[in-house]
Amino acid sequence: MTEYQPLLQLSGVSKTFADNTVLDALDLTIYDGEFLTLLGPSGCGKTTVLRIIAGFEQEDCGSVMLDQQNLAVLKAELRPVNTVFQSYALFPHMTVYENIAFGLKMHKVAKADIKTRVDEALRMVRLDSFAQRKPHQLSGGQQQRVAIARAVVNRPRLLLLDESLSALDYKLRQEMQIELKRLQRQLNITFVYVTHDQEEALSMSDRIVVLNKGKVQQIGTPREIYENPANLFVARFIGEINQFDGHVVRRIDEQHVEVVAEGADWVVKTDHPFVADDKVHVLLRPEDIRLTKSELVLDSVHVEGHIYECSYKGKTLDSYIRLASGTKVIASEFFDEDDPDFDYRLEQKVALQWTTGWEVVLPYEYAN
Amino acid sequence: MTQTFKFGFIGLVLFYVYSPIFVLMVNSVNGSRYGNKWQGFTFKWYEKLFENDALMQAAWHSLVVGITSATAATVIGTLAAVALQRYRFYGKGAVSSLVFVSMLTPDIVMAIALLILFVTLGIELGYISLLIAHITFCLPFVIISVFSRLKGLDMSVTEAARDLGANEWQVFSKIILPMILPAVASGWLLSFTLSIDDVIVSAFVTGPGYEILPLKVYSMVRVGVSPEVNAISTLLFVGSVVLIVISQLLLRYKRK
Ligand SMILES: Nc1ncnc2c1ncn2[C@@H]1O[C@H](COP(=O)(O)OP(=O)(O)O)[C@@H](O)[C@H]1O
Ligand SMILES: [Mg+2]
Repeated sequence: MTEYQPLLQLSGVSKTFADNTVLDALDLTIYDGEFLTLLGPSGCGKTTVLRIIAGFEQEDCGSVMLDQQNLAVLKAELRPVNTVFQSYALFPHMTVYENIAFGLKMHKVAKADIKTRVDEALRMVRLDSFAQRKPHQLSGGQQQRVAIARAVVNRPRLLLLDESLSALDYKLRQEMQIELKRLQRQLNITFVYVTHDQEEALSMSDRIVVLNKGKVQQIGTPREIYENPANLFVARFIGEINQFDGHVVRRIDEQHVEVVAEGADWVVKTDHPFVADDKVHVLLRPEDIRLTKSELVLDSVHVEGHIYECSYKGKTLDSYIRLASGTKVIASEFFDEDDPDFDYRLEQKVALQWTTGWEVVLPYEYAN
Repeated sequence: MTQTFKFGFIGLVLFYVYSPIFVLMVNSVNGSRYGNKWQGFTFKWYEKLFENDALMQAAWHSLVVGITSATAATVIGTLAAVALQRYRFYGKGAVSSLVFVSMLTPDIVMAIALLILFVTLGIELGYISLLIAHITFCLPFVIISVFSRLKGLDMSVTEAARDLGANEWQVFSKIILPMILPAVASGWLLSFTLSIDDVIVSAFVTGPGYEILPLKVYSMVRVGVSPEVNAISTLLFVGSVVLIVISQLLLRYKRK
C-alpha cells in the first residue's frame, strides 16, 4: 500500500435526498493504482458515492479532491473520471466501434489515433470481430465489455464501475472478475468498484470499504475485513459467522481474557482492553470450527451441542448444531473420504473446538 | 354465429365511415359531370385540375405553408419536449398540462383568438399570419409525439455521454436527437397533414391575397360540387393517408 499516492479524497461528504440521509460525513481516500471496492447492502449509498465522484450528483457538504484539485468546480464532462454504468447505457444507435470512439471524439483526438486506440480497446476486451455490431446484437457479457472498453479507452485517472457484473450469470461473472483484474493490472488505472456481493469484493479488491447506512463501517484488505471485522455488521455481512454472547471474567495476560459464554469458560485472544464484566460477542467462522464426537473430548475448551441438520456442499460438509442454550451454530468442514467417522448422524452429540486466536471478540452491541 | 356478427358489425362500421369517401373517389373518375350514374372511366377531371391556375397557385401556397410551419413547429416542439423531459424547473407540471389543453382547444376559439392577436399587433393577414397560426396548432402534437418517445428511453445514456466528455449541445445532437428522430419525423408529418387540411383557423387568419387549397376548394363547393372538387379531394385524401401511414410506421419502428 505504501507505494501508492492518494488520488482522490472525499472529506466529510454528506448527501440527503428529501429527508433521507444517504451519505453521512463520509471520509475516504482512494490511492493511485489500487482496486478499491465499495461493498454494502443495496440502498446503502454506493451508487451515490460514484455519482458524486463522477459529477452527476452534488454533495450537500464536504469536499471531493482529485490530485489536490477540488472537483466541485468541474462539470461531469470535464472530470478525468469515467463510469461503467450499472445498466451499461450503451448508445443504441451507434455501432460498438462508434460507442468506444465516442469519448475520444468528444476530446477531439486525431482521427488516426482514434482508430488505433479503439482497435486496441476492442482487442483488449476481445471484441475485435464485433466492431460493426449494434449493442442490441450483443449478449449481456459482450455489452458489458463494450461498456468497459468505452470507458477505459479514454485512459481516465479513475474508473468507476457500478455493480458491473451483477447482471451476468454465475460462470460469466467469474470469468469477467478475472478479466477485470487483468485489465486493471495491465492498464494501471485506479478502479473503484461497487458491489453488494461480498465474494466478488473479496476476490477482486486490493482494499474493501464496507458501507452501511451512508457510513463507512471498515476499510481494509479483504483479509483484514474477513479475519478481523471491526463490528457485528461487517462480521455478518462478509460471509457466514457464528455469534456467541458472553462476558469477560478476568484478564489472563496482555492478549488473552477469559470469557464465559454458552455455559463454558473460554480463553480468547483479543487486543481490545476488555476488563472484567464487559459484555462481548465472540465470533467464529464456520470453517474454523472442528467437530468431534463428544465422548472423545476430555480436556480443553469446548462447547457441546446436537447436530440437527447436515448439508453436503461438495467440497465441504456443513453441519447445523443446536447448543444447550438454543444457540444455533454452523460448522463447515472439508470432506475427508478416508475418515469413517466423518459422517455425523443427525441428533448426534458433538463437541465444538477451535484454535484459540481464530475467534473474533467484539464489544457488545445491542443488535442481534 | 358470433363470428358472422362480429365481422358483419365491423363491416358495417367501415362502410359507414368510408362509403362517402368511396363515392367521392369513384365520382372523381366518372365521366358523368353530375355523378348520378356511371358514364365510363376518365382522368379528365384530374387534367382539368392541373390546368386550373388559381387552384394550382392555392395548392402551391398550401405546400409552402405546410412545409414551413411543420418544420418550425417540429424544431420548436422538439426542443420544448427535450426541455420538459430533461430539466427540472418551477411550473413544469403546469406547462405539461397546458400543452394538452391547447391541443383540445376548439379550432374556432383558437381561430378567433389568433385573429384578434394579429389585428391587435397589426400583423397583415397572409402568409406570415397563416404560418404563425399553423405553428401554433401543430406545436402540441409535436411536443406530445417527441415527449412520449423521450419518456420511453433509458436516459442514463445522456449521463454516459456527459461522462465521456460531451457538453449539453453534443448530448442533444449526438445522442438524444438520433434516438428520437423517428418521433421527430412523425411529428413533422403529422404537422404537415394538419396544416394542409386546416380550414377553420386558416379561414379566419388568411387574407384575400394568399389563397390556400382547402379554402379554395371550399369556395368552389359553394358554387356546386364539381368533378374537379372530387378529384382534388381524392388527391388530398390519398396524400394524407400516405403521410399518416408513414408517420405511424415511424412511430412503430422506433419501439424496436
Ligand atoms: N436522485 C435520488 N432522489 C431520491 N432518492 C435517491 C436518489 N438517488 C438515490 N436515492 C436514495 O438513496 C439511497 C441510496 O441509493 P444508492 O446510492 O443508489 O444505493 P446503492 O447503490 O448502495 O444501492 C436509496 O434509498 C435511494 O432510494
Ligand atoms: Mg446502486
